[in-house]
Amino acid sequence: MMLKTIFSGFGGQGVLMMGYSFAHSAMNKGYHVTYLPSYGAEVRGGTANCTIAVADEEITSPVASEPDYVVVMNSPSLITFQNKITCGGTMFLNSSIVEIRPSRKDIKICAVPCGDMAREMGNIRVANIIMMGAFIKKTGIVPSDVYLKSIGTIMGGKKKSVAELNQKAFTAGYDFVKD
Amino acid sequence: MNKVLMSGNNIIGEAAIRAGCRFYAGYPITPQNELTEYMAEHLRTVEGGVFLQSESEIAAIHMITGASATGARVMTSSSSPGISLKQEGISSMAACELPGIIVNIMRGGPGLGNIRPAQGDYFQATRGGGHGDYRTIVFGPATCQELADLTMDAFDLADKYRTPVMILADGMMGQMMEPVIFKKPKPRQYNEKFMLRGAGHGKSKIIRGLILDPIDMEEHNWKLARKYQVIIDHETLHEEYKTEDAKLVIVAYGTSARIAKGAIKRLRDKGMKVGLFRPITLWPFPELKLRKLAEKINNFLVFEMSTGQMLEDVRLALQGYADIGFHGRPGGVVPTPAELANVVARHYEKKD
Repeated sequence: MMLKTIFSGFGGQGVLMMGYSFAHSAMNKGYHVTYLPSYGAEVRGGTANCTIAVADEEITSPVASEPDYVVVMNSPSLITFQNKITCGGTMFLNSSIVEIRPSRKDIKICAVPCGDMAREMGNIRVANIIMMGAFIKKTGIVPSDVYLKSIGTIMGGKKKSVAELNQKAFTAGYDFVKD
Repeated sequence: MNKVLMSGNNIIGEAAIRAGCRFYAGYPITPQNELTEYMAEHLRTVEGGVFLQSESEIAAIHMITGASATGARVMTSSSSPGISLKQEGISSMAACELPGIIVNIMRGGPGLGNIRPAQGDYFQATRGGGHGDYRTIVFGPATCQELADLTMDAFDLADKYRTPVMILADGMMGQMMEPVIFKKPKPRQYNEKFMLRGAGHGKSKIIRGLILDPIDMEEHNWKLARKYQVIIDHETLHEEYKTEDAKLVIVAYGTSARIAKGAIKRLRDKGMKVGLFRPITLWPFPELKLRKLAEKINNFLVFEMSTGQMLEDVRLALQGYADIGFHGRPGGVVPTPAELANVVARHYEKKD
Protein backbone atom coordinates (compact mmCIF):
# COMPACT_ATOMS: atom_id res chain seq x y z
CA MET A 1 0.00 0.00 0.00
CA MET A 2 1.28 3.42 -0.99
CA LEU A 3 -1.04 6.41 -0.70
CA LYS A 4 -0.13 9.97 -1.51
CA THR A 5 -2.09 13.04 -0.48
CA ILE A 6 -1.69 16.71 -1.30
CA PHE A 7 -3.13 19.30 1.10
CA SER A 8 -3.45 22.75 -0.44
CA GLY A 9 -4.94 26.15 0.21
CA PHE A 10 -4.16 29.72 1.21
CA GLY A 11 -1.28 30.39 3.55
CA GLY A 12 -2.99 30.75 6.93
CA GLN A 13 -5.67 28.13 6.41
CA GLY A 14 -3.57 25.59 8.21
CA VAL A 15 -2.89 23.28 5.30
CA LEU A 16 0.64 22.47 6.49
CA MET A 17 -0.82 21.61 9.90
CA MET A 18 -3.34 19.31 8.22
CA GLY A 19 -0.52 17.49 6.47
CA TYR A 20 1.71 17.41 9.52
CA SER A 21 -0.99 16.08 11.83
CA PHE A 22 -1.99 13.43 9.30
CA ALA A 23 1.64 12.36 8.82
CA HIS A 24 2.15 12.30 12.57
CA SER A 25 -0.86 10.06 13.12
CA ALA A 26 0.10 7.75 10.26
CA MET A 27 3.54 7.41 11.86
CA ASN A 28 1.90 6.50 15.17
CA LYS A 29 -0.24 3.92 13.38
CA GLY A 30 3.04 2.29 12.37
CA TYR A 31 3.23 3.31 8.72
CA HIS A 32 6.21 4.62 6.81
CA VAL A 33 5.56 8.27 6.13
CA THR A 34 7.07 11.32 4.45
CA TYR A 35 5.96 14.95 4.65
CA LEU A 36 7.15 17.40 2.01
CA PRO A 37 6.05 21.04 2.31
CA SER A 38 6.14 23.56 -0.48
CA TYR A 39 8.80 26.07 0.38
CA GLY A 40 10.29 29.22 -1.00
CA ALA A 41 9.49 32.84 -1.58
CA GLU A 42 5.85 32.70 -0.50
CA VAL A 43 3.66 35.59 0.62
CA ARG A 44 0.98 35.73 3.28
CA GLY A 45 -2.30 34.90 1.57
CA GLY A 46 -0.43 33.07 -1.20
CA THR A 47 -0.80 29.38 -1.81
CA ALA A 48 0.68 26.66 0.36
CA ASN A 49 0.69 22.93 -0.07
CA CYS A 50 2.29 19.80 1.29
CA THR A 51 2.53 16.22 0.13
CA ILE A 52 2.16 13.25 2.47
CA ALA A 53 3.11 9.73 1.49
CA VAL A 54 1.89 6.87 3.66
CA ALA A 55 2.98 3.31 2.96
CA ASP A 56 3.55 -0.07 4.55
CA GLU A 57 6.98 -0.23 2.87
CA GLU A 58 9.95 2.09 2.42
CA ILE A 59 8.90 5.31 0.67
CA THR A 60 11.21 6.27 -2.13
CA SER A 61 10.01 9.54 -3.62
CA PRO A 62 8.16 11.94 -1.29
CA VAL A 63 6.80 13.74 -4.37
CA ALA A 64 3.35 12.83 -5.65
CA SER A 65 3.03 12.92 -9.41
CA GLU A 66 -0.37 11.19 -9.20
CA PRO A 67 -1.82 11.73 -5.71
CA ASP A 68 -4.61 9.43 -4.54
CA TYR A 69 -6.18 12.22 -2.49
CA VAL A 70 -6.12 15.97 -2.87
CA VAL A 71 -7.56 18.31 -0.27
CA VAL A 72 -8.29 21.77 -1.68
CA MET A 73 -9.14 24.55 0.70
CA ASN A 74 -9.41 27.29 -1.96
CA SER A 75 -10.19 27.67 -5.67
CA PRO A 76 -6.63 28.23 -6.98
CA SER A 77 -5.64 24.89 -5.44
CA LEU A 78 -8.44 23.13 -7.28
CA ILE A 79 -7.20 24.51 -10.58
CA THR A 80 -3.58 23.63 -9.75
CA PHE A 81 -4.17 20.06 -8.65
CA GLN A 82 -7.31 18.76 -10.39
CA ASN A 83 -5.30 17.29 -13.25
CA LYS A 84 -2.72 15.63 -11.01
CA ILE A 85 -5.08 13.45 -9.02
CA THR A 86 -5.05 9.82 -10.05
CA CYS A 87 -7.99 8.27 -11.91
CA GLY A 88 -10.44 7.06 -9.28
CA GLY A 89 -8.91 9.28 -6.61
CA THR A 90 -10.83 11.54 -4.28
CA MET A 91 -10.82 15.31 -4.06
CA PHE A 92 -11.87 16.87 -0.77
CA LEU A 93 -12.95 20.45 -1.22
CA ASN A 94 -13.89 23.29 1.07
CA SER A 95 -17.27 24.05 -0.50
CA SER A 96 -17.69 27.18 1.64
CA ILE A 97 -15.36 29.13 -0.62
CA VAL A 98 -14.65 26.78 -3.54
CA GLU A 99 -17.54 27.38 -5.91
CA ILE A 100 -16.13 25.68 -8.97
CA ARG A 101 -16.00 21.90 -9.38
CA PRO A 102 -13.44 19.79 -11.20
CA SER A 103 -14.35 19.11 -14.81
CA ARG A 104 -13.11 15.54 -14.50
CA LYS A 105 -15.67 12.78 -14.16
CA ASP A 106 -13.23 10.00 -13.24
CA ILE A 107 -12.59 11.21 -9.69
CA LYS A 108 -14.73 11.24 -6.57
CA ILE A 109 -15.58 14.52 -4.90
CA CYS A 110 -16.16 15.03 -1.21
CA ALA A 111 -17.46 18.55 -0.61
CA VAL A 112 -17.35 19.76 2.98
CA PRO A 113 -18.53 23.29 3.87
CA CYS A 114 -15.86 23.40 6.55
CA GLY A 115 -15.55 27.20 6.47
CA ASP A 116 -19.24 27.70 7.29
CA MET A 117 -19.20 24.91 9.85
CA ALA A 118 -16.21 26.50 11.56
CA ARG A 119 -17.86 29.90 11.62
CA GLU A 120 -20.92 28.33 13.24
CA MET A 121 -18.63 26.98 15.92
CA GLY A 122 -17.38 30.49 16.44
CA ASN A 123 -13.83 30.04 15.14
CA ILE A 124 -12.95 29.99 11.46
CA ARG A 125 -9.52 28.65 12.34
CA VAL A 126 -10.83 25.12 12.97
CA ALA A 127 -12.00 24.77 9.36
CA ASN A 128 -8.93 22.66 8.68
CA ILE A 129 -9.65 20.29 11.56
CA ILE A 130 -13.27 19.88 10.38
CA MET A 131 -11.92 18.92 6.97
CA MET A 132 -9.53 16.48 8.65
CA GLY A 133 -12.50 14.82 10.33
CA ALA A 134 -14.04 14.20 6.92
CA PHE A 135 -10.69 13.16 5.45
CA ILE A 136 -9.88 10.68 8.21
CA LYS A 137 -13.29 9.03 7.95
CA LYS A 138 -13.40 8.82 4.16
CA THR A 139 -9.85 7.56 3.70
CA GLY A 140 -9.83 5.16 6.65
CA ILE A 141 -6.02 5.11 6.69
CA VAL A 142 -5.75 6.25 10.29
CA PRO A 143 -8.38 5.54 13.00
CA SER A 144 -9.94 8.64 14.50
CA ASP A 145 -8.62 7.98 18.02
CA VAL A 146 -5.04 7.74 16.71
CA TYR A 147 -5.50 11.02 14.83
CA LEU A 148 -6.98 12.80 17.83
CA LYS A 149 -4.11 11.58 19.99
CA SER A 150 -1.67 13.06 17.48
CA ILE A 151 -3.50 16.38 17.48
CA GLY A 152 -3.25 16.32 21.28
CA THR A 153 0.50 15.70 21.13
CA ILE A 154 1.09 18.38 18.51
CA MET A 155 -1.02 20.97 20.33
CA GLY A 156 0.55 19.83 23.62
CA GLY A 157 1.09 23.16 25.29
CA LYS A 158 -2.18 24.77 24.20
CA LYS A 159 -5.13 25.59 26.45
CA LYS A 160 -7.75 23.00 27.30
CA SER A 161 -10.45 25.01 25.53
CA VAL A 162 -8.45 24.79 22.30
CA ALA A 163 -8.16 21.03 22.64
CA GLU A 164 -11.90 20.73 23.21
CA LEU A 165 -12.67 22.93 20.23
CA ASN A 166 -10.42 20.81 18.03
CA GLN A 167 -12.13 17.65 19.22
CA LYS A 168 -15.53 19.17 18.51
CA ALA A 169 -14.45 20.36 15.09
CA PHE A 170 -12.99 16.98 14.20
CA THR A 171 -16.19 15.20 15.25
CA ALA A 172 -18.33 17.60 13.20
CA GLY A 173 -16.32 16.83 10.07
CA TYR A 174 -16.24 13.13 10.85
CA ASP A 175 -20.02 12.96 11.26
CA PHE A 176 -20.68 15.15 8.22
CA VAL A 177 -19.52 12.53 5.71
CA LYS A 178 -20.89 9.04 5.21
CA ASP A 179 -18.67 5.97 5.03
CA MET B 1 13.66 6.33 22.37
CA ASN B 2 10.47 7.13 20.51
CA LYS B 3 10.12 7.91 16.87
CA VAL B 4 9.65 11.59 16.16
CA LEU B 5 8.51 13.31 12.98
CA MET B 6 10.97 16.07 12.10
CA SER B 7 12.23 17.90 9.05
CA GLY B 8 15.71 17.12 7.74
CA ASN B 9 17.04 20.52 8.74
CA ASN B 10 15.78 20.16 12.30
CA ILE B 11 17.07 16.60 12.50
CA ILE B 12 20.62 17.73 11.66
CA GLY B 13 20.37 20.37 14.39
CA GLU B 14 19.04 17.97 17.01
CA ALA B 15 21.57 15.26 16.13
CA ALA B 16 24.41 17.80 16.32
CA ILE B 17 23.36 19.05 19.75
CA ARG B 18 22.97 15.48 21.01
CA ALA B 19 26.43 14.68 19.63
CA GLY B 20 27.86 17.49 21.74
CA CYS B 21 27.99 20.37 19.27
CA ARG B 22 28.22 23.48 21.43
CA PHE B 23 29.17 26.14 18.91
CA TYR B 24 27.23 26.97 15.79
CA ALA B 25 27.61 30.01 13.56
CA GLY B 26 25.61 30.57 10.41
CA TYR B 27 23.93 33.01 8.10
CA PRO B 28 20.42 32.51 6.68
CA ILE B 29 19.83 31.08 3.21
CA THR B 30 16.97 29.00 1.79
CA PRO B 31 16.50 25.99 1.89
CA GLN B 32 18.49 25.45 5.09
CA ASN B 33 17.03 28.25 7.25
CA GLU B 34 15.23 25.87 9.58
CA LEU B 35 18.58 24.46 10.68
CA THR B 36 19.93 27.87 11.68
CA GLU B 37 16.61 28.60 13.36
CA TYR B 38 16.72 25.30 15.24
CA MET B 39 20.22 26.00 16.52
CA ALA B 40 19.18 29.51 17.59
CA GLU B 41 16.34 28.10 19.61
CA HIS B 42 17.96 25.01 21.08
CA LEU B 43 21.69 25.63 21.55
CA ARG B 44 20.96 28.12 24.33
CA THR B 45 19.10 25.43 26.25
CA VAL B 46 22.21 23.27 26.67
CA GLU B 47 25.11 24.07 28.95
CA GLY B 48 27.91 25.89 27.17
CA GLY B 49 25.93 26.19 23.95
CA VAL B 50 26.74 29.20 21.77
CA PHE B 51 24.69 30.24 18.76
CA LEU B 52 25.88 33.08 16.57
CA GLN B 53 24.14 34.53 13.58
CA SER B 54 27.20 35.86 11.85
CA GLU B 55 27.39 38.89 9.57
CA SER B 56 28.26 36.64 6.62
CA GLU B 57 28.97 33.05 5.64
CA ILE B 58 32.69 33.81 5.60
CA ALA B 59 32.55 35.07 9.18
CA ALA B 60 30.64 31.96 10.24
CA ILE B 61 33.22 29.50 8.93
CA HIS B 62 36.05 31.42 10.58
CA MET B 63 34.11 31.60 13.84
CA ILE B 64 33.75 27.83 13.93
CA THR B 65 37.43 27.50 13.00
CA GLY B 66 38.34 29.55 16.03
CA ALA B 67 35.97 27.70 18.32
CA SER B 68 37.28 24.38 17.02
CA ALA B 69 40.84 25.46 17.85
CA THR B 70 39.75 25.87 21.46
CA GLY B 71 38.39 22.32 21.44
CA ALA B 72 34.65 22.89 20.96
CA ARG B 73 32.52 20.63 18.79
CA VAL B 74 31.48 22.99 16.02
CA MET B 75 29.14 23.20 13.06
CA THR B 76 28.08 25.67 10.39
CA SER B 77 25.56 25.27 7.62
CA SER B 78 24.48 26.96 4.44
CA SER B 79 23.24 26.28 0.94
CA SER B 80 25.20 26.27 -2.30
CA PRO B 81 26.11 29.99 -2.83
CA GLY B 82 26.89 30.32 0.88
CA ILE B 83 29.07 27.21 0.82
CA SER B 84 31.12 28.79 -1.98
CA LEU B 85 31.83 31.67 0.36
CA LYS B 86 33.01 29.31 3.07
CA GLN B 87 35.67 27.62 0.97
CA GLU B 88 38.56 29.76 2.21
CA GLY B 89 37.72 28.77 5.77
CA ILE B 90 37.30 25.10 4.96
CA SER B 91 40.75 25.11 3.34
CA SER B 92 42.12 26.73 6.52
CA MET B 93 40.49 24.11 8.72
CA ALA B 94 41.98 21.33 6.60
CA ALA B 95 45.41 22.97 6.74
CA CYS B 96 45.22 23.53 10.49
CA GLU B 97 43.78 20.03 11.01
CA LEU B 98 40.74 21.29 12.84
CA PRO B 99 37.59 19.19 13.17
CA GLY B 100 34.25 20.73 12.27
CA ILE B 101 31.02 19.99 10.42
CA ILE B 102 29.87 21.92 7.36
CA VAL B 103 26.33 21.24 6.18
CA ASN B 104 25.42 22.02 2.57
CA ILE B 105 21.71 21.83 1.78
CA MET B 106 22.21 22.16 -1.97
CA ARG B 107 20.02 24.25 -4.27
CA GLY B 108 20.00 24.97 -7.99
CA GLY B 109 23.08 26.69 -9.39
CA PRO B 110 25.46 27.98 -10.63
CA GLY B 111 25.45 31.53 -9.34
CA LEU B 112 22.53 32.39 -7.11
CA GLY B 113 20.54 29.85 -9.13
CA ASN B 114 17.28 29.04 -7.40
CA ILE B 115 16.06 27.45 -4.19
CA ARG B 116 14.95 24.07 -5.52
CA PRO B 117 16.77 20.81 -4.68
CA ALA B 118 19.84 20.09 -6.83
CA GLN B 119 23.13 18.17 -6.73
CA GLY B 120 25.46 20.52 -8.55
CA ASP B 121 27.96 20.91 -5.70
CA TYR B 122 29.39 17.40 -5.88
CA PHE B 123 32.67 18.50 -7.45
CA GLN B 124 33.09 21.35 -4.98
CA ALA B 125 32.42 19.07 -2.01
CA THR B 126 34.47 16.05 -3.05
CA ARG B 127 37.47 17.75 -4.66
CA GLY B 128 38.28 19.92 -1.67
CA GLY B 129 36.43 22.98 -2.88
CA GLY B 130 38.88 25.55 -1.64
CA HIS B 131 42.50 26.10 -2.64
CA GLY B 132 45.36 23.76 -1.89
CA ASP B 133 45.93 20.02 -1.63
CA TYR B 134 43.21 18.84 0.69
CA ARG B 135 40.04 16.79 0.87
CA THR B 136 37.03 16.80 3.12
CA ILE B 137 35.10 13.72 4.12
CA VAL B 138 31.66 14.05 2.48
CA PHE B 139 28.47 12.24 3.48
CA GLY B 140 25.51 12.02 1.09
CA PRO B 141 22.52 10.96 3.22
CA ALA B 142 19.32 9.79 1.52
CA THR B 143 16.86 9.45 4.39
CA CYS B 144 16.03 11.53 7.44
CA GLN B 145 17.21 8.64 9.64
CA GLU B 146 20.53 8.73 7.86
CA LEU B 147 20.73 12.49 8.39
CA ALA B 148 20.49 11.86 12.13
CA ASP B 149 22.96 8.98 12.21
CA LEU B 150 25.52 10.47 9.83
CA THR B 151 25.48 13.86 11.55
CA MET B 152 26.53 12.14 14.77
CA ASP B 153 29.10 10.01 12.96
CA ALA B 154 30.44 13.09 11.19
CA PHE B 155 31.49 14.63 14.52
CA ASP B 156 33.32 11.45 15.50
CA LEU B 157 35.12 11.19 12.17
CA ALA B 158 36.05 14.88 12.23
CA ASP B 159 37.70 14.35 15.62
CA LYS B 160 39.29 11.04 14.67
CA TYR B 161 41.04 12.48 11.63
CA ARG B 162 41.12 16.12 12.75
CA THR B 163 39.58 17.27 9.52
CA PRO B 164 36.44 19.09 8.39
CA VAL B 165 33.53 16.84 7.39
CA MET B 166 30.77 17.91 5.04
CA ILE B 167 27.19 16.75 5.00
CA LEU B 168 25.96 17.12 1.44
CA ALA B 169 22.17 17.01 1.18
CA ASP B 170 19.70 19.02 -0.88
CA GLY B 171 16.60 21.14 -0.43
CA MET B 172 14.35 18.13 -0.50
CA MET B 173 16.26 16.36 2.28
CA GLY B 174 16.30 19.57 4.30
CA GLN B 175 12.60 20.31 3.98
CA MET B 176 11.19 16.79 4.06
CA MET B 177 9.94 15.22 7.28
CA GLU B 178 10.28 11.54 8.11
CA PRO B 179 10.08 9.62 11.36
CA VAL B 180 13.48 9.39 13.01
CA ILE B 181 15.02 7.73 16.06
CA PHE B 182 18.08 9.41 17.54
CA LYS B 183 20.79 6.96 18.52
CA LYS B 184 22.92 7.42 21.59
CA PRO B 185 26.03 9.35 20.63
CA LYS B 186 29.42 7.88 21.48
CA PRO B 187 31.51 9.67 24.10
CA ARG B 188 33.87 12.18 22.52
CA GLN B 189 37.48 11.12 21.99
CA TYR B 190 39.60 14.13 21.25
CA ASN B 191 42.94 14.75 22.86
CA GLU B 192 43.27 17.92 24.88
CA LYS B 193 46.73 18.46 23.43
CA PHE B 194 45.03 19.68 20.25
CA MET B 195 42.97 22.30 22.09
CA LEU B 196 44.13 25.85 22.68
CA ARG B 197 43.18 26.51 26.27
CA GLY B 198 45.06 29.72 27.14
CA ALA B 199 48.45 30.21 28.80
CA GLY B 200 49.65 27.20 30.73
CA HIS B 201 52.90 25.75 31.92
CA GLY B 202 53.51 23.25 29.14
CA LYS B 203 54.97 23.60 25.68
CA SER B 204 53.40 26.18 23.35
CA LYS B 205 50.70 24.83 21.08
CA ILE B 206 50.71 26.24 17.59
CA ILE B 207 47.84 25.82 15.13
CA ARG B 208 48.56 27.41 11.78
CA GLY B 209 48.10 27.08 8.06
CA LEU B 210 50.84 29.52 7.08
CA ILE B 211 54.08 27.56 6.61
CA LEU B 212 56.54 29.70 4.65
CA ASP B 213 59.35 27.18 4.21
CA PRO B 214 58.39 25.13 1.14
CA ILE B 215 60.15 22.03 2.41
CA ASP B 216 58.12 22.17 5.63
CA MET B 217 54.97 22.89 3.66
CA GLU B 218 55.68 19.97 1.37
CA GLU B 219 56.06 17.71 4.38
CA HIS B 220 52.78 19.05 5.77
CA ASN B 221 51.09 18.29 2.45
CA TRP B 222 52.42 14.72 2.44
CA LYS B 223 51.33 14.31 6.02
CA LEU B 224 47.80 15.35 5.04
CA ALA B 225 47.94 13.10 1.97
CA ARG B 226 48.88 10.11 4.16
CA LYS B 227 45.96 10.90 6.42
CA TYR B 228 43.59 11.08 3.44
CA GLN B 229 44.89 7.72 2.23
CA VAL B 230 44.01 6.17 5.61
CA ILE B 231 40.52 7.66 5.27
CA ILE B 232 40.19 6.25 1.75
CA ASP B 233 41.26 2.82 2.99
CA HIS B 234 38.94 2.69 6.00
CA GLU B 235 35.97 5.00 5.78
CA THR B 236 33.98 4.33 2.62
CA LEU B 237 30.29 3.59 3.05
CA HIS B 238 27.77 2.46 0.47
CA GLU B 239 24.48 0.63 0.05
CA GLU B 240 23.61 -2.00 -2.51
CA TYR B 241 19.93 -2.51 -3.30
CA LYS B 242 18.70 -5.48 -5.32
CA THR B 243 22.05 -5.91 -7.07
CA GLU B 244 22.27 -9.70 -6.56
CA ASP B 245 20.45 -10.59 -9.78
CA ALA B 246 20.68 -7.19 -11.49
CA LYS B 247 21.37 -6.82 -15.21
CA LEU B 248 21.64 -3.04 -14.88
CA VAL B 249 22.74 -1.04 -11.86
CA ILE B 250 21.84 2.61 -11.28
CA VAL B 251 24.50 4.61 -9.42
CA ALA B 252 22.94 7.50 -7.48
CA TYR B 253 23.24 9.26 -4.12
CA GLY B 254 20.98 11.31 -1.84
CA THR B 255 17.61 12.33 -3.24
CA SER B 256 18.51 10.85 -6.66
CA ALA B 257 18.98 7.47 -5.00
CA ARG B 258 15.48 7.69 -3.53
CA ILE B 259 14.05 8.43 -6.96
CA ALA B 260 16.13 5.55 -8.35
CA LYS B 261 14.64 3.13 -5.81
CA GLY B 262 11.17 4.21 -6.90
CA ALA B 263 12.12 3.62 -10.52
CA ILE B 264 13.58 0.19 -9.66
CA LYS B 265 10.30 -0.82 -8.03
CA ARG B 266 8.42 0.05 -11.23
CA LEU B 267 10.97 -1.68 -13.47
CA ARG B 268 11.01 -4.87 -11.41
CA ASP B 269 7.22 -5.00 -11.63
CA LYS B 270 7.74 -5.17 -15.38
CA GLY B 271 10.33 -7.92 -15.00
CA MET B 272 13.45 -5.85 -15.53
CA LYS B 273 16.27 -6.75 -13.17
CA VAL B 274 17.60 -3.40 -12.05
CA GLY B 275 19.55 -2.60 -8.88
CA LEU B 276 21.08 0.40 -7.15
CA PHE B 277 24.57 1.22 -5.96
CA ARG B 278 24.38 4.16 -3.56
CA PRO B 279 27.57 5.78 -2.31
CA ILE B 280 27.01 7.07 1.24
CA THR B 281 30.47 8.59 1.52
CA LEU B 282 31.00 10.67 -1.62
CA TRP B 283 34.58 11.27 -0.59
CA PRO B 284 36.10 8.83 -0.10
CA PHE B 285 34.16 7.38 -3.02
CA PRO B 286 33.55 3.60 -2.63
CA GLU B 287 35.47 2.98 -5.83
CA LEU B 288 36.67 -0.56 -5.19
CA LYS B 289 33.24 -1.72 -4.02
CA LEU B 290 31.71 -0.40 -7.23
CA ARG B 291 34.43 -2.01 -9.34
CA LYS B 292 33.77 -5.33 -7.61
CA LEU B 293 30.19 -5.12 -8.80
CA ALA B 294 31.46 -4.83 -12.38
CA GLU B 295 32.80 -8.40 -12.10
CA LYS B 296 29.25 -9.67 -12.70
CA ILE B 297 27.39 -6.66 -14.12
CA ASN B 298 28.29 -4.85 -17.29
CA ASN B 299 25.60 -2.19 -17.55
CA PHE B 300 25.64 0.88 -15.28
CA LEU B 301 23.61 4.08 -15.39
CA VAL B 302 24.60 7.13 -13.36
CA PHE B 303 21.69 9.33 -12.31
CA GLU B 304 22.24 12.76 -10.77
CA MET B 305 20.40 16.03 -10.35
CA SER B 306 23.33 17.68 -12.16
CA THR B 307 24.93 17.58 -15.61
CA GLY B 308 27.18 14.72 -14.52
CA GLN B 309 29.65 15.14 -11.67
CA MET B 310 29.69 11.90 -9.71
CA LEU B 311 29.74 10.42 -13.21
CA GLU B 312 33.48 11.16 -13.24
CA ASP B 313 34.07 9.14 -10.08
CA VAL B 314 32.06 6.29 -11.55
CA ARG B 315 34.20 6.48 -14.68
CA LEU B 316 37.36 6.36 -12.57
CA ALA B 317 35.99 3.24 -10.92
CA LEU B 318 34.49 1.51 -13.95
CA GLN B 319 36.06 2.79 -17.17
CA GLY B 320 37.27 -0.26 -19.05
CA TYR B 321 35.33 -2.58 -16.75
CA ALA B 322 31.74 -1.82 -17.75
CA ASP B 323 29.46 0.35 -19.88
CA ILE B 324 28.38 3.59 -18.24
CA GLY B 325 25.29 5.59 -19.21
CA PHE B 326 24.08 8.84 -17.70
CA HIS B 327 20.84 10.67 -16.99
CA GLY B 328 20.88 14.10 -15.38
CA ARG B 329 18.35 16.80 -14.42
CA PRO B 330 20.25 19.89 -13.21
CA GLY B 331 19.01 23.29 -12.11
CA GLY B 332 16.54 22.37 -9.38
CA VAL B 333 14.37 19.84 -11.23
CA VAL B 334 13.36 16.79 -9.22
CA PRO B 335 12.38 14.13 -11.75
CA THR B 336 9.81 11.44 -11.00
CA PRO B 337 10.57 7.75 -10.58
CA ALA B 338 8.35 7.17 -13.65
CA GLU B 339 10.61 9.35 -15.82
CA LEU B 340 13.76 7.65 -14.61
CA ALA B 341 12.16 4.23 -15.13
CA ASN B 342 11.57 5.10 -18.78
CA VAL B 343 15.19 6.20 -19.21
CA VAL B 344 16.48 3.05 -17.52
CA ALA B 345 14.22 0.84 -19.65
CA ARG B 346 15.84 2.31 -22.76
CA HIS B 347 19.35 1.57 -21.48
CA TYR B 348 18.29 -1.85 -20.28
CA GLU B 349 16.88 -2.93 -23.64
CA LYS B 350 19.89 -1.59 -25.48
CA LYS B 351 22.22 -3.99 -23.73
CA ASP B 352 20.07 -7.00 -23.10
